Amino acid sequence: MADSAAAPPKPSSSVKLVLLGEAAVGKSSLVLRFVNNDFQENKEPTIGAAFLTQKSHLPHRTIKFEIWDTAGQERFASLAPMYYRNAQSALVVYDLTKPTSLVKAKHWVAELQRQASPGIVIALVGNKLDLTNEDAAASGETNTGEGGDVESGEAAEESGDARKISAKEGRDYAEEEGLLFFETSAKTGVNVQEVFTAIANAIPETQMKGAKGSGAAGAGTGQTALGSERVNLNQRAEGVKEGCAC
Amino acid sequence: MGLDGEESLATSERAEENANDRTEATSPPRDGEDESTIRRAKEEGAETGSKVEFLSTNIQAGSQSPVLEQEYRPPLPPRPNNVNILREGSYSPGSSLKRPGKTPRPLLQSTATTALSRTEVNTQSYQDGSRESFAASAQRTPPSKAVAAFGSIRKVKGLSDSEGGDSASVRSYAPTLETGGDAESLLGEVLGASQESPAWRLLGTQNEAPDPFDSVTYEDDEATADFYREFDEIGAVAADGENEEQLLKKWKSKRKHFLILSSAGKPIYNRHGDDNLISGYIGIIQTIISFYEGSHDQLKGFTAAGARFVVMSQGPLYLVAISKLGENDAQLRVQLEALYMQILSTLTLPNLTHMFSNRPSTDLRRPLQGTEPLLSALADTFTRGSPPTLLSALECLKIRKSHRQAINDTLLRTRCETLLYGLIVASGRLVSVVRPRKHSLHPSDLQLIFNMLFEARGVKAGGGENWIPLCLPGFNKNGYLYMYVSFVSAYDSEAEQGSEGHETGKPDDIAILLISANKESFYDLRKMRDALVEELEVHGSMAIIKSAVRRGRPTATDIVPGTVLRHFLYKSRANVQFTMPSYEPSFTTLLARRRLLSLYHALHASIHAKNAHLKVHHCISRESISLAWVTPLFELYCVAGPHASRNALAQSANKVIQWVRREEERVFIIGGAVSIHSLDNHTTYESLTLPAARYSD
Ligand SMILES: Nc1nc2c(ncn2[C@@H]2O[C@H](COP(=O)(O)OP(=O)(O)OP(=O)(O)O)[C@@H](O)[C@H]2O)c(=O)[nH]1
Ligand SMILES: [Mg+2]
Repeated sequence: MADSAAAPPKPSSSVKLVLLGEAAVGKSSLVLRFVNNDFQENKEPTIGAAFLTQKSHLPHRTIKFEIWDTAGQERFASLAPMYYRNAQSALVVYDLTKPTSLVKAKHWVAELQRQASPGIVIALVGNKLDLTNEDAAASGETNTGEGGDVESGEAAEESGDARKISAKEGRDYAEEEGLLFFETSAKTGVNVQEVFTAIANAIPETQMKGAKGSGAAGAGTGQTALGSERVNLNQRAEGVKEGCAC
Repeated sequence: MGLDGEESLATSERAEENANDRTEATSPPRDGEDESTIRRAKEEGAETGSKVEFLSTNIQAGSQSPVLEQEYRPPLPPRPNNVNILREGSYSPGSSLKRPGKTPRPLLQSTATTALSRTEVNTQSYQDGSRESFAASAQRTPPSKAVAAFGSIRKVKGLSDSEGGDSASVRSYAPTLETGGDAESLLGEVLGASQESPAWRLLGTQNEAPDPFDSVTYEDDEATADFYREFDEIGAVAADGENEEQLLKKWKSKRKHFLILSSAGKPIYNRHGDDNLISGYIGIIQTIISFYEGSHDQLKGFTAAGARFVVMSQGPLYLVAISKLGENDAQLRVQLEALYMQILSTLTLPNLTHMFSNRPSTDLRRPLQGTEPLLSALADTFTRGSPPTLLSALECLKIRKSHRQAINDTLLRTRCETLLYGLIVASGRLVSVVRPRKHSLHPSDLQLIFNMLFEARGVKAGGGENWIPLCLPGFNKNGYLYMYVSFVSAYDSEAEQGSEGHETGKPDDIAILLISANKESFYDLRKMRDALVEELEVHGSMAIIKSAVRRGRPTATDIVPGTVLRHFLYKSRANVQFTMPSYEPSFTTLLARRRLLSLYHALHASIHAKNAHLKVHHCISRESISLAWVTPLFELYCVAGPHASRNALAQSANKVIQWVRREEERVFIIGGAVSIHSLDNHTTYESLTLPAARYSD
C-alpha cells in the first residue's frame, strides 16, 4: 500500500470510492487506466472485489482514493453493501454499446440512493466510447466536473456505429437523479482522469477523512458513522461488523 | 520421518536381473513381428504373442476383486497407453493412438502401440516375485483415422479390466460411434492427415530399416508446431458460416478437450470452440451418454478415432474428457474431478443441486459466468501436464527448517482473530501454512486456489488486494469462505525480473492468502497482512523467500552431481507433498515438458495398476530409460537419457532418496501438507475454530 508519509505540503485526504455495474462494462479497465495508465484487451472478470489505492493531485490538495472495484457478476451482488457502505463516492458504470447495462446501472443507482450514505457522490459513466464512430476530439475538452456535461457523442449518434445508448439518454437520466455524468473510454483513456477529478471536486472537503487518520473534520467521522448505521442490511445471517478497521 | 525401511533399489535390481535377461532375449524376434502385429490389431487380435498371453493371465487373477469397483476402475478396457517420451530429436506425430476398434484380447490393445520402436521393453516385477518383460510390438493402426502411437510404456493396469462382459461392452460402443461418420472423425481427422503425410508413409515402410530415427526427425517440427497451437483460440463462426469447416478442423486438431454439460444436455463449458460450432458433437456425446444411462448402464469411457473419452457423471452434470495425450482413465478422472470442484467452488453444492432440482433444464452458464477462465486454466494445466495433479500432492518452496519455523511463528504471532487459514505461497509452491488444529486443508482445495492465483491471470492482473468469496469443497462444500489475497514481488526491480523469469513464467508472485469465514473481515485481514509482511521483512524472512524463489528449483545435477537423471518426481506419501528438480536444462520447451509428463503418467499408471502390485517398474525406450519405484513411504519417478544404463539409473534413484532424506525438512512441510507441528502446540489457536454452522449458511 502506498504510504502517505512523503506527502507534499498540500493537505491530503482520502476518499472511499466504489465501482458498480454490470459484468464486463469495463470497471476494472477504468481503474487500471486510472491507476496504471494501462489497458488490457482481454481483461478477465473480477472475482469478488479488488481493493486499490491511487493518489490524485488536485491544484490545492492531494486526494488518496481507496477504490473498491467490484465484480459485476450477479452472484457477487449480495456482497455489494459491504463495499458501498462506507463509500463517499461511487462510479456506476455501463457499456454504451449494451442497453441492458444501463438498466443495471439504474438499479445500482436506486440501491445506492436507498442504502448508501446519504451524501454519497455518484457518477454515472458510459464506457467504451471508443467503439462509437464519433470523432474523439471531445477527449481534449475537460469536463469541469460538477455539472458533468460531456460534449462528446452529441453529434454523431446515428452514424451506424456500435453505440446503443445515446449520450442524451445517459445525461438526462443523470440530471434527473442528480448524478455526475461522463462518457469514457478505458481503452483510449478519454475522460477517465476527468471522472475521478470531478468526483474529488464534488465531495465537500468536510466529508473527507484525513489520510493520516487524524480524524480530520468531525463531519467526516460523522458521515462514516451515519453510513454504517444506515446500511446495515446484510442479507446473510452473519453478525454485521463495522467494515473498516483501519 | 524415517525411511527406515531402508528401501534400496539394489535389492530390487538383483531380483530383476532375471527379468532383464529375458527382456533382451525377447526383443529380437520382434523385428519380424511388426507387420503381423498390425494385422492382428486390425483383425481383432486373433492371436497374441505367448509372452503377452502369459502376462495377461497372470494379471487377470486379481482382476475380479471387489477392490476394482471400489476404486471405480472403469469397466472398459483401456486404450493402449501411448507415451511420447523425451523424443527430442526423433519425434513423430504419434502422440495419439487408436485402440483397434473391437479387440477381445485386452493384451493386444495394451501392447500394440508403437510403429517404430523395436528397442522398447517393459519389465515388470511383482511383489510376489514374478516378473514380466515383454517387448513392444510395432504396430501400424488401421489407416482410417488415427495414428499409430509411439507408446513405449503400456499400461499393465488395465489389462484385467477387459475380460468377459467388459470387453463385450466395448464392442458395443464401437459401432455406436462409428456408424455416424461424424463421430468417427470427431477428433481424428487432422491427426489422420498428418499420419498419411508422405513422411509418415515413409515411416511405415521403414519399419524394417535398421535405423528409422533419421526420418522421424523431420516430422518433429510438425508435431511440435501442432502442440504449440493447442492453446490457440479457435475463433467464432462467421455469420455466413463460411469458415465453419476450417474451424472444425482446428477444433479436431486439439489434443485435449473438456466438455461439461447438464444431464438435460445443455452445454455448460467446453475448452475449445464456441457452442454453435460444436453443438452437433455435444449432441452426439449427450446421446451416447444418455443411451447408456437409459439402459441403466453407466458409460464411463470409450475410445474413438485415437482419442480416449472419459465420462464422469456428478449429480446433474456430465463431465467429459477427450484426450489424445495418453493418460489413463483414472488420471483423466482426477482431472474431471478438479473441474467439478471448481464448479462447486463457484456455486457450492446446495446451490447447484437447488438450481437443478428446481429446473432440470437450468442453463448453468449464467451462474458460472466468470468461472470459465478458471476452468480453462485448469484444463490447460492438465494439457500441459501437471505433476501436482498427477500425484495429487503439493510442492513446497525449499527453505531451511529454521527459516520456515520463523515464518510459521510470524504467521501465528500476527494472526488476527477472524483468521481461519493463513498461507504464504511462492510461485505456486507452499511456503507456510497455519490452520486451526481441527481443520486441515485439502490438497484439492489448494489446487483450486493455486490455479486461480497463479494460472488464471484474473486476480493477479487486477493489481491491488483482493477479497474473494469462494467455496473450498474439500473443506466444506456447503458454504463460502472469504479469501484475502495480495501479492509481493520477489524482485526488487523490474530489470532483475526480466533476466530470471524463465522457470515458471510466474516468478514474481509471492501470495499472502488469508482465509476467513467472516465476509466482513477484509480490513482485519488486511491489517494482519501489513503486520505480517512488515515482520517478515524485519526478520529477513521475506528476503529468504524471495531469494528461494529467484533461485528456482535445483537442477537434477545440482541434486545428484554427475547423475544420468534428467528429471524426477519424488512424492512423500505421508506428507502428500512432492518435490522435483528444475525442468531445465532438458525440458524447457512446452513439448519436451509434455513428453516428460506423458512418460510420468505412463509410469504412474503402470505402478498403480491395481492388479500388478508393482514395486519397481523399469521402462526403456528409444529416447529414455526410466523408473518408477513405490514404497509405503514414497513414490519415485526417474527419467534418464537413452544411453544411461539401468545401473546408473538405479544408483541415481538411490541418491535421490538419500538427498530427500537429508533435505526432507527443507523440501517438505513435515506433519502433513497442511499442518504444522508448532501449530498444534498452540492451544490458543484452537479457539479460532469456527463452528461449521457459521459458514455453512
Ligand atoms: N473497446 C473497449 N473495450 C473495453 C473498454 N473498457 C473495457 N473494455 C473491455 O471490456 C472487457 C471487460 O472489461 P473489464 O474491465 O474486465 O470489465 P468489468 O466491468 O471489470 O467486468 P467484471 O469484473 O466482470 O465486472 C475487457 O475485455 C476489456 O478489454 C473500453 O473503454 N473500450
Ligand atoms: Mg472487473
